[in-house]
This record gives sequence, C-alpha cells and structure tokens, in this order.
Amino acid sequence: MQRSLYLDPAKCTGCLQCEMACSYEKLGEFNPSRSLIKVFTFHEEGRFAPYTCTQCDDAWCLRACPVDAITINLSTAAKVVNEAKCVGCKVCTIACPFGTVNYVHETGKVGKCDLCDGDPACARACPTEAITFIDANATGYERMRAFAEKSISAANATAS
Amino acid sequence: MQHIIIGAGPCGVVAAETLRKKSPSAKITLIGNEPEPPYSRMAIPYYLVNKITEDGTYLRQDQHYKELGIDYLSQPVTSIDTGSQLVTLADQSQLPYDKLLIASGSHPVSPPIEGIDLPHVHSCWTLEDARQITALAKTGSNVVLMGAGFIGCIILESLVKRGVNLTVVEMSDRMIPRMLNETAGGLLKKWCIKKGVKVLTSTKITAISESGSGMQVALDNGDSLLADLVITATGVKPNTDFLQGSGIEVDNGVVVNNRLQTNIPSVYAAGDVARGKDFSTGNFSVQAIQPTATDHGRIAALNMAGMDVEHHGSLNMNVLDTLGLLSYSFGLWMGVEEGDSVSLYNPEAYQYINLRFGVDEDEDVLIGASMLGDTAHVGIVRGLIESRIHLREWKERLLDNPIRLMEAYLARTQEFG
Ligand SMILES: Cc1cc2nc3c(=O)[nH]c(=O)nc-3n(C[C@H](O)[C@H](O)[C@H](O)COP(=O)(O)OP(=O)(O)OC[C@H]3O[C@@H](n4cnc5c(N)ncnc54)[C@H](O)[C@@H]3O)c2cc1C
Repeated sequence: MQRSLYLDPAKCTGCLQCEMACSYEKLGEFNPSRSLIKVFTFHEEGRFAPYTCTQCDDAWCLRACPVDAITINLSTAAKVVNEAKCVGCKVCTIACPFGTVNYVHETGKVGKCDLCDGDPACARACPTEAITFIDANATGYERMRAFAEKSISAANATAS
Repeated sequence: MQHIIIGAGPCGVVAAETLRKKSPSAKITLIGNEPEPPYSRMAIPYYLVNKITEDGTYLRQDQHYKELGIDYLSQPVTSIDTGSQLVTLADQSQLPYDKLLIASGSHPVSPPIEGIDLPHVHSCWTLEDARQITALAKTGSNVVLMGAGFIGCIILESLVKRGVNLTVVEMSDRMIPRMLNETAGGLLKKWCIKKGVKVLTSTKITAISESGSGMQVALDNGDSLLADLVITATGVKPNTDFLQGSGIEVDNGVVVNNRLQTNIPSVYAAGDVARGKDFSTGNFSVQAIQPTATDHGRIAALNMAGMDVEHHGSLNMNVLDTLGLLSYSFGLWMGVEEGDSVSLYNPEAYQYINLRFGVDEDEDVLIGASMLGDTAHVGIVRGLIESRIHLREWKERLLDNPIRLMEAYLARTQEFG
C-alpha cells in the first residue's frame, strides 16, 4: 500500500512539534530552522499551514538534477537526495515548483523530505492529526494533490 | 521504428530515456562526439575543485544505456540527408532513421582579438577544457577570466577555491547583466571584491600576447595584466554547422514549432541548439539552460513517440552561487511596462529581492523575480509564475513584504486566506 503525507491546515495549531521531530530525526538535534517540514503562520487569518514535499509524480527535482543524485525510493515512492552524489548546484531548488527543495549551507547539499523511509517523524509527532501518513487512495487527498500538480504541469506541456 | 538522437548531453539522454519508456520496441541510437560517456557540463565547476572526480559528472551509470537498450555511439555526425532519412558519421558510415532529434547543444564563442588562440587561453565548456584548466590554475597562478556572465560567474567560485589570483574582466557595466539589474549586479561585485577577487566592469580585453613564461593581457583602459591562464566565458552559439545543406531551417539555432518539430516533419530539435518557446514571452529563443534542455528532451521525445504533446514554453531561470552568495532570476525579471514591482534591498546583509507583476487582468500575477542572498522555498517563484495564480489580496501583502511568497502560494492554493 502506497502511503502519503496528508497535511491538513485546518487541524494545525502551530505547535511546531513536527519541525522539532523532523530536525531531531534527521540531525539528532532540535533545530527547527533545518526541519524539512515547515509550518507557515498566517497572522491575518490566525491560521497555520504545515508544508513539505508531496513526492509529486512529475518529480521536477529529479529531472533537473545534472548528476543523477535524486532517485525514487521504490518502496515509499519518495524522491530521495543521495548526499554522496549531490554536488550542491541548486538547480533542483529552482526547478521544484512547490518550493520544497532547499539548499543547506551547513552541508553544501540540498535537502528535502524523504518520508523517513516510510515512517515520517513529523506525522508521529503531530498531536492534532494535522499531519498524517495514510493510504494514498483512501482519501480525496490524492485527487487534490493531482489537481495542484496538474495546474503546474499543464503550464509546461499538454498532451491531447 | 528507428530513432536517432544527435548529441548526448542532458537533453539527448533524457530524450532517449523518454523514448524508451514510450516505445519499448523501437531502436534508439544516441550519438555523442566527446570521448567521455555522456556527462553534464553543469558538474564541471565541482570537478574543478575536486568535489567530484570525472565520473561524478557522468549523467548516468555505465550500464544504464545497455540496460535500456539504447545504442550509444561516440562519433561526430557530419551531415544529414533529410530526403532519404540518413545520418552520415565521420567514418562515412550511414544510419537510417524514421525520427531524428537534433540535441547537439552549443559551443563557446570568443571575440576575435589578437592572441585568443594562444595555448594558455581556454574556454570552460567541456571536460577536456576542465582538465587543461586544472593543470594551469594552481595556487598562486595569475588567472584572468574574460566575461562575468552566467557561466563566468559559475566558474569564478571554482577558480577562487583553487587558490588562484583572479581578475575578472567584464565589458558590461555590471556582473551577469542578463540575470541581475544594476542594484543586484553591483552588490554581487562588492561581494566578490570583499572576497579578494579583482573585478573590472566596463572594461574590455583588447589583446593577449606571450610574455616570458606567461601572457600579458591588454585592457582598453590602457592597463595590462599578467596571466598564466586566460579563461574565456563570452557566450555560446548553437552547434548547427553539420546541418548545412540538410534543408533544416536554422536561424540563430534550429527553428522549431511548439512540438519542438523542425520544418522537416521527421526531424525534431531540443536543448541548447533549439530555439524553443519561452514561457514568459511566447517568443522562440535559445535559453541555453539545463532545466530547459531536459524539458525539451522529454517533450520532443513524447512527440517522436507518436503522442501529440504541446510545449507551452520553458521558464527562463537561473541560480548561481558566487563564493557563498546566491543569486536567482526567473522569467521576466526586468518586468513589463506599467507592471507593478517591489524591491527589498539590504546591502549590509547582501540581500535583495525584486518581484515583478503583470498588467491588466494579470496585474496580480507574478511574472518574474530576481534575488540575491538565501531565499528559502525559492522554487515557489517558478510555481507562482507558471501556474499564473491570481494573488488577489496577497499582491498587496507582497508589495508590503516580498519575502512572503510561500505564504502567498499556500493561502491561494488552500481553502483559506
Ligand atoms: C561550466 C558550466 C556550468 C553550467 N552551469 C549551469 C547551471 O548552473 N545551470 C544551468 O541551467 N545551466 C548550466 N550550464 C549550461 C548547461 O550545461 C547547458 O544548458 C546544457 O548542457 C544543455 O544541454 P544539451 O544537451 O542541450 O547540450 P550539451 O550538454 O552541450 O550536449 C550536446 C552534445 O552534443 C554533442 N554534439 C555536438 N555536435 C555533434 C555532432 N555533430 N555529432 C555528434 N554529437 C554532437 C556535443 O559534443 C555534446 O556532447 C553550464 C554549462 C557549463 C559549461
């Protein structure tokens, strides 16, 4: 069963547990500034939105990579950066139209969500189920995601 | 079905892979003319600083092409007979095709000044160039870099890291004039000077001559520089010489339609060699950037495989790291007449953001941007431009604070805000 991260801003309270958990999982320290999931705050509306890579089918990051450093994990379908191969050219950071690949000065490489090998720490840490890791087909989420992706793919090419 | 792809850069390789996916039984031949396996020019700057070895520049692993049943030939194509659909190679052998893709890329051009052919004057375009440069650019060597455009600035960092004494000579009034405006270009120059690079803008190299064991580089302001190595980065031109007499229309690049098809229906062109459609202007031009080359390769291949896929245009975009200072440009970064724009300029922090909006019904649509300094989630600039999202009240908010691009995207694509 393919699972995906389901991010529900309506349920997010802005507690930032996900950012803590992500940085701890990846770096062994609490360093939200280097979390691969980010909670955005909307003061005007009093709302929060957790945001990270949706592992889109188009995989713009993967296709833009000049050295084959981003590959698909066959069991999770996550697009994963191979740090040993990444040269830090940053082309994927501008190619990803969702803004979910970032350059990391500390490592000289890029970083993106890799679904923690199928057990994402952010989802585990979220106390309000604003972040869940669920069957990709069980909700309308997959369709929603596909819709968002289509608006961007369509900008680039359409098949008739 | 026999597909031939001329050119084994990123464009040709992506095209071959896409063809294989869509036409499992077709014969696919990928032809390159460099001695190395297909590699990525973009990785050269990292090779220059020993971050990777040569094989780290290879686009794919050794067995990849075999595994996909793609025949890889390393030999220049010398001519094409579009009438009998034959490609002629340097050894005079001929290969028939049903569909042909020209993905032959571009080559560097240098101004015709005296001494440009001296042995220690090199461009930085191929792996062979890179080997020559590593041999000559030693700690303490005097190196003159001619041209501070996109490619010049990319290799600038590698040269500094190699410990050379670097002088950059640019004839325009600022660095990367095709990517940054005066403000951002000026700030980048200040940054380079702070990092110990000598940057001469509005200056031309007029002649290069041998002098002792090195060279003397004459400038139009009357000064001269000593150099052990001169690197030219003064622009590129599409590789189209071998198309002479083929009937394929060439006009500063191979002319294609919005299916990346040339005037000869069985022949397609893509990547640095092709004048493809620009997303922002709708015009056809050579962009000469990697993301466009791979987009082109994929779309051309889909059409060659018999699908009907329209190319709506590639967004011109660049990212550059100059000694730790990042710069970016996207789409119509210079804006359009009467379109709104907003800038945030913080020279002490070496930070600059400039956003450009459209006009009329697109007055709240982002059409271009340029930035200097770290920009988190920067890809969203592409997303906002390409999806032509109407920002509505978020345009005002961005005019107040242009940093909030990611929030603007989220608010306008999720059900709140
Ligand atoms: C140092 C450097 C850094 C760069 N950095 C960036 C960057 O950061 N971002 C970015 O977007 N772009 C960058 N570029 C540009 C990018 O590399 C090109 O846009 C890209 O390589 C274009 O791909 P292509 O496949 O169209 O052409 P190429 O990569 O040039 O490949 C074309 C191939 O075709 C071969 N060929 C030509 N004629 C024939 C023939 N007659 N027969 C057989 N084969 C032939 C050529 O030898 C070549 O191997 C950089 C380039 C250089 C040199």
